Amino acid sequence: MTSPPAGPGVARYRPTGSDRSRLGGCWLSAGIASVLVAAVIGVATGPVPIPIWQVVLELVDRLPLIGVDSSLSPADRAIIWDLRAPRVVLGLLVGALLAGSGAAYQGVFRNPLADPYLLGIAAGAGLGATIAIVTRLRDAVGFMDPVPLAAFVGALLAVAAAGTLSTRRGSTGSSATLILAGVAVANFFTAIQTFIQQQNSETLQQVFAWILGRLSTAGWGEVRLLAPYAVICVVGLLLSVGPLDVLAVGDEEATTLGLRPRTIRRLVLMAASLGAAAAVAVSGLIGFVGLVVPHAVRMLAGTSHRRVVPLSLLFGAAFLTLADVLARTVRSPAELPIGVITAFIGAPFFLLILRRQATS
Amino acid sequence: MTATNRSVQVAWSGVSVVLGGRTVLDSFDLSVAGGSWLVVIGPNGAGKTSLMRTLAGTVGHTGTVRIGGEDAGDIPGRERARRLAVVPQHPVIPPGIDVFDYALLGRSPHQGLRFSPSERDRGQTLEVLHRLELGGFIGRKVDTLSGGERQRVVVARALVQDTPILVLDEPTSFLDLGHQLEVLELIAELRTERSLTVVSTLHDLTVAGQFADRMAVLDHGRLITHGSPAEVLTPEMIASHWGVHAHTEVDGGSVTVTVRRRQQASAQASSRSIRGQSDQSRSRS
Repeated sequence: MTSPPAGPGVARYRPTGSDRSRLGGCWLSAGIASVLVAAVIGVATGPVPIPIWQVVLELVDRLPLIGVDSSLSPADRAIIWDLRAPRVVLGLLVGALLAGSGAAYQGVFRNPLADPYLLGIAAGAGLGATIAIVTRLRDAVGFMDPVPLAAFVGALLAVAAAGTLSTRRGSTGSSATLILAGVAVANFFTAIQTFIQQQNSETLQQVFAWILGRLSTAGWGEVRLLAPYAVICVVGLLLSVGPLDVLAVGDEEATTLGLRPRTIRRLVLMAASLGAAAAVAVSGLIGFVGLVVPHAVRMLAGTSHRRVVPLSLLFGAAFLTLADVLARTVRSPAELPIGVITAFIGAPFFLLILRRQATS
Repeated sequence: MTATNRSVQVAWSGVSVVLGGRTVLDSFDLSVAGGSWLVVIGPNGAGKTSLMRTLAGTVGHTGTVRIGGEDAGDIPGRERARRLAVVPQHPVIPPGIDVFDYALLGRSPHQGLRFSPSERDRGQTLEVLHRLELGGFIGRKVDTLSGGERQRVVVARALVQDTPILVLDEPTSFLDLGHQLEVLELIAELRTERSLTVVSTLHDLTVAGQFADRMAVLDHGRLITHGSPAEVLTPEMIASHWGVHAHTEVDGGSVTVTVRRRQQASAQASSRSIRGQSDQSRSRS
């Protein structure tokens, strides 16, 4: 191993200066820009052609204190604000939540392969949604779609079960115990779900469609449903970046640095799971985002959670919105399941970064 | 570097640790005067690491550990981390972290609940890195450093923590002789400079006797003897607990230990078992 000479030039390198923050600022700007670009493309894309500059003007017009005339017809305006914007906003929120909680899960478990579905969220949501679909709860309730709510409750129950089962004598268990409890709970819930599904094969297609994931909206209802959980989750995740960086040295060393690993793990997992469960409830199971986006961010911008978490939120939002644009357009007017798109783009993109990383 | 005059005493009374039904530390009693260096020696599996962990607060125990006269059980985790820094035997290096960020982690107990470092934290970290001649490594990834460099970086993190007590669990394992001495000399210097109380384990008797001012021998979880290196490191003691014939030479305060080869038959047997042990420790690392 050769070490660089500790010459005066090298020694004078001071990371306390603006070097680091400038680099971080670059990535942050790139993240925000990607969200804006994705949002504009998302709103501009659809069966009715609306010129992109008019879309931009229309969006800018809605900003406070700015008035510009986009010269859009009332019909086009309605298409933008009642049909496309809600779906784009939903995509941004779901993408941000999945990628952000993926980054948090990976940090908490110190495992790059952890994703937000690790502790049974997917199985719990699947079971909840299946029960709601086969019992035709939708017809019974009437005024709203109970499937998201049932999925949300199922997902949270699964995580809570995993958390409780791994707890002994009032203290949260180690991360290994937690993961194992999550695996057991997920399998148990999946077994029940499969059983119920078998008994009600006529609803199979509906259940299957839900599991594949989709971003379909009827007005702003879904966004309103998701927004409060999104706020709690994002604030929680942004507050936990510092503790997550300390936790990276493992429970024992983190303890000697004055951190309480189990408390932190519990709090971060609660915030991340709440966000992921809410996202799954409104969009079904969309895979790959929670895994690929934080990974890509880590490879490009470094491994500190001060960067990984905020950038995952931003790039996750942009990524899922663009994936949804493809899902809507590739076989228009038919729609592809968005989970297929995220995997289809995500996997090669991921391999590309992996190769670049390996050669450098 | 801050001139400190705050030596803190450490003491165990009746401390026992039971792990998986086995008593790994059995009513340990000892106190370490502020500003001195206690080296704990003992054969593999004697309970040295568990003893260090009772100080760090990372293992459950009965009995009382006192830090500066105060029952350590009553000291909140964060406050404890401001008084006592630990260099673990097998530090976990987060993948991709650079030297500066790693050392900066040492400031954690001095930060708020969000653990966000201030300019002062950064300044102190930089100061320590330069003091340990790691200025040229600041932007390097810790996992690309050599064993000796990495060990210096881990020591830097502990010093950045700015505590009156330093606990080191085998700080020289996996280092060659030159780097072992380098790390130990550094700790000796810093100890004088900052009036640190140092508690460490060292498996290598030949160097242990030259740096310690107090020594304790641990075997099967029990404190066998303690005292100055000259009192502790005798050929009889080494023979009865390590099964090794040794020659010791007292020179002022320090003791040099020379290990002699065993008789032919036992030499082969022991070299086999030593090889077995080092294979084990290599696979563990």
